[in-house]
Amino acid sequence: MSNSNDHAAHGHEHGHDEHANHGSLRSYLTGFVLASILTIIPFWLVMGHVFQSHWVTITLVLLLAVVQILVHVVYFLHLDTRSEGGWNMLSFVFTIVLVVIVLGASIWVMYNENANMMPMSPQYQHNE
Amino acid sequence: MSSMAVDTAQSRFLCLKEPHAHNGTLLGFWIYLMSDCFIFASLFACYAVLGTSTAGGPTAAQVLDLHGLAINTALLLVSSVTFGFAMLEMARKNKGAVMLWLAVSGLLAAGFVTLEIHEFLGMIADGAGPGRSAFLSSFFTLVGTHGLHVSVGILWLIVLMTQLGKFGLTDANIRRMQCLSMFWHFLDLVWVGVFSFVYLTGVLR
Repeated sequence: MSNSNDHAAHGHEHGHDEHANHGSLRSYLTGFVLASILTIIPFWLVMGHVFQSHWVTITLVLLLAVVQILVHVVYFLHLDTRSEGGWNMLSFVFTIVLVVIVLGASIWVMYNENANMMPMSPQYQHNE
Repeated sequence: MSSMAVDTAQSRFLCLKEPHAHNGTLLGFWIYLMSDCFIFASLFACYAVLGTSTAGGPTAAQVLDLHGLAINTALLLVSSVTFGFAMLEMARKNKGAVMLWLAVSGLLAAGFVTLEIHEFLGMIADGAGPGRSAFLSSFFTLVGTHGLHVSVGILWLIVLMTQLGKFGLTDANIRRMQCLSMFWHFLDLVWVGVFSFVYLTGVLR
């Protein structure tokens, strides 16, 4: 019992120091190196025409972007489960869920909407 | 033993103290950034939907310059890291070095905005302005909103440097630095989405 009390007290004290966490030189340099690599690869994929299929390139570029965003969040924004008693992480996860719904659903719905649209009159189709 | 159990139960189930975040400002600013995410998410969704609607005008592959983009991306990434250095110097209470790294970050970001404005003006001069097609409207809105954020960040940086020069590394200034640092890194994070989604995959669609 006293053990768990100690732990709670320690956790609280720790929490007070937590917002003094500006990261370290090491974390910024690690973030910089990882971000540079994750930037150079997609530029090389697109500008060097590495893959014939555009969809392979697009998928890879978007995947690398997601990885790089996580690198930024961890090494530059120093987001972890402990900062601000977990509220930072909670609001971040909430935002990600909503962003995925907004982006994914918009693209999904509008893609189908486009396919179901009434055909345009020939005079406009000419411009397409 | 039993009284101890009651004590623990009380402190666990009754709120003896009002729960509060240790630093309300930083959490509040973080939540502002999360709401800013929604602004960008909706603009990204617009671009995703309208990006191929060129109305017979220029396509992304014709108007977007990837070499300029590479320079811009590098400027913003390095600026993000130099701002991190300023934060490290702030922890060491080294005001001169803080000012130096802040100035470097500001200049890199100013270079970014200058190149972006140059790109925009070039596109408009070539008849690829925001009024030309839905693709260009969504492009200018998304990239322009990001550029506006960076510009406001530079303005904030100048004000903060003036404050630092005048009052030094006070608690208030440290808190402002922490907020601006989050803002600065956040804009670099959004830029990852912009260069990947708008430019790199945009020219392939």
